[in-house]
Amino acid sequence: MSDAICHVEAVVKHYPQHRALDGVSLTLPPGICVALLGHNGAGKTTLMKLLLGLTRPTAGRVTVLGQNPATAPLAFRRQIGFLPENVIFHDELTGIDTLTYYARLKGEARERCVQLLAQVGLAEAAKRRVKTYSKGMRQRLGLAQALLGQPRLLLLDEPTTGLDPMLRQEFYRIIQALRNQGVTVMLSSHLLTELEAQTDLAIILRAGKLVACGSLSALREQANLPVCLQVTTTDPEKVTQHLAGLAVAKPGTMGQAVFVCAVSGKMATLRRLALLGELVQDVEIQMPSLDDVYLHFGQDQEVNEA
Amino acid sequence: MSPVIIIAGKEVRDSIRNRWVVSATLLLAGLAFSLAFLGSAPTGGSAAEPLAVVVVSLASLTIFLVPLIALMLAYDALVGEAERGTLLLLLTYPVTKGQVLLGKFVGHLAVLSLAIVLGYGAAGVAVGMGTENVNAQSWQAFGALIGSSILLGGVFIAIAYLISAIVRERGAAAGIAIGIWLLCVVLYDMGLLGVLVATKGQIHENLFPWLLIANPTDIFRLFNLTAFDNVRTFSGLAGLSGQVKFSSTFLVFSLLTWMLLPLLGAVIVFRKREL
Repeated sequence: MSDAICHVEAVVKHYPQHRALDGVSLTLPPGICVALLGHNGAGKTTLMKLLLGLTRPTAGRVTVLGQNPATAPLAFRRQIGFLPENVIFHDELTGIDTLTYYARLKGEARERCVQLLAQVGLAEAAKRRVKTYSKGMRQRLGLAQALLGQPRLLLLDEPTTGLDPMLRQEFYRIIQALRNQGVTVMLSSHLLTELEAQTDLAIILRAGKLVACGSLSALREQANLPVCLQVTTTDPEKVTQHLAGLAVAKPGTMGQAVFVCAVSGKMATLRRLALLGELVQDVEIQMPSLDDVYLHFGQDQEVNEA
Repeated sequence: MSPVIIIAGKEVRDSIRNRWVVSATLLLAGLAFSLAFLGSAPTGGSAAEPLAVVVVSLASLTIFLVPLIALMLAYDALVGEAERGTLLLLLTYPVTKGQVLLGKFVGHLAVLSLAIVLGYGAAGVAVGMGTENVNAQSWQAFGALIGSSILLGGVFIAIAYLISAIVRERGAAAGIAIGIWLLCVVLYDMGLLGVLVATKGQIHENLFPWLLIANPTDIFRLFNLTAFDNVRTFSGLAGLSGQVKFSSTFLVFSLLTWMLLPLLGAVIVFRKREL
């Protein structure tokens, strides 16, 4: 795996109070967008800090862009962009001044800052003090900062908090463009449904352990969560009898029957429902959402360790 | 451009933007002017050496004020940025921890120097211009006062960084900074005085001078009040200076050591610190 952007091998990170990471291994190829999921305290930020070389692993090995991030020469850091979870830029400086400061440290010109601010939609606010910025604007300033230099790896901790849906789309458009240029993007987020369309790979951490790693559709298959069918009918009991052996009934509301069946049995159940003719007025199918998948991996301990 | 200069420039600009420079300058200038013009009342307007008198009063003012200003300017240098999340970000840039600290030090020292030079300088020039009989040595003493005030500020900026590197919370850093100020500026001398009284002044001849060197504000006092003859006569320390035989060079060197040691300590602690 010499062309891998990041390679994490059996990494353990202990802090005096707790175990932040406990035997995590993963490999990221170039040009993909990775979603890092997990509860608060699951080890997401610690993993990012290790990749950035801000902390050293207690055990195991981290290789980023072919180097150990904790000991790599300073030039290595030019190739990485980072957006911390809660960053408050100095309020008194203007947006462009703040960005220029960071640009200088990365050896970039002010012109590039103007360009980047335009890219994140802050061109008009560039000369205003950061103090007057909304939360979303600060977040976009942070993103512009992460894009400085020519990063080959972008680590974004909760990048879309505070962005409205339109800006979020714009954000993912930028990420998509970077990905097409071969940049590897790792982002953590709690807004799972929006990640679905945007990420190639999802990594789920739970209490410092890697509990799932794969494409979202693969994870969905792996989780094998049931499909929920909401049937509008005048006679729920008859429908229940009819579906016996295929789907399990769950308590529903008035005039509705709710059934749960395996993904593989979905079509068989639907065919059986179709046979009931006029008795079934409407059927609504609820596939397991990413949230369900996440909850499955994030909480259900026995299922995963079995 | 070196990262040290970039970071120093940012600190200076921040301090100008948040009116830190303006308020510190005005504070120092205001007090210096009132000392210069009101403080000269006891010696009369026709005193032989008005500027030398100003040096004596400004030195006492500096001992109280400059350490406080320096500590307040610098105590949250690291801990504040860590709380805002910008320290984490900064360290993912191509800069070393040493460069971050050194850049901040250069920036903060420049800010403090600006305030001292402008504030004291204005008062000094006003007094110097207002009278004819100011000799070269008084100007020298005044220049030495400004220089050593900056050095004293540097000492306390470095001490503030050490606090900032060790402590995890901004509030705790502020508390410790105030404590250090109280200790160095008020309690230490009181304690020393207490020991002198208790031992009826029989404290060991060789020990006493070193007890003064152990506190940077006392070094500053010794330097300014004993270095120049014409100042010494007004300071009432002529007796002491006969007892304490340190050369000015040695005192400056001691202050420099007091500045560099905490700075080095801060770099070491900061480097070891995991974020």
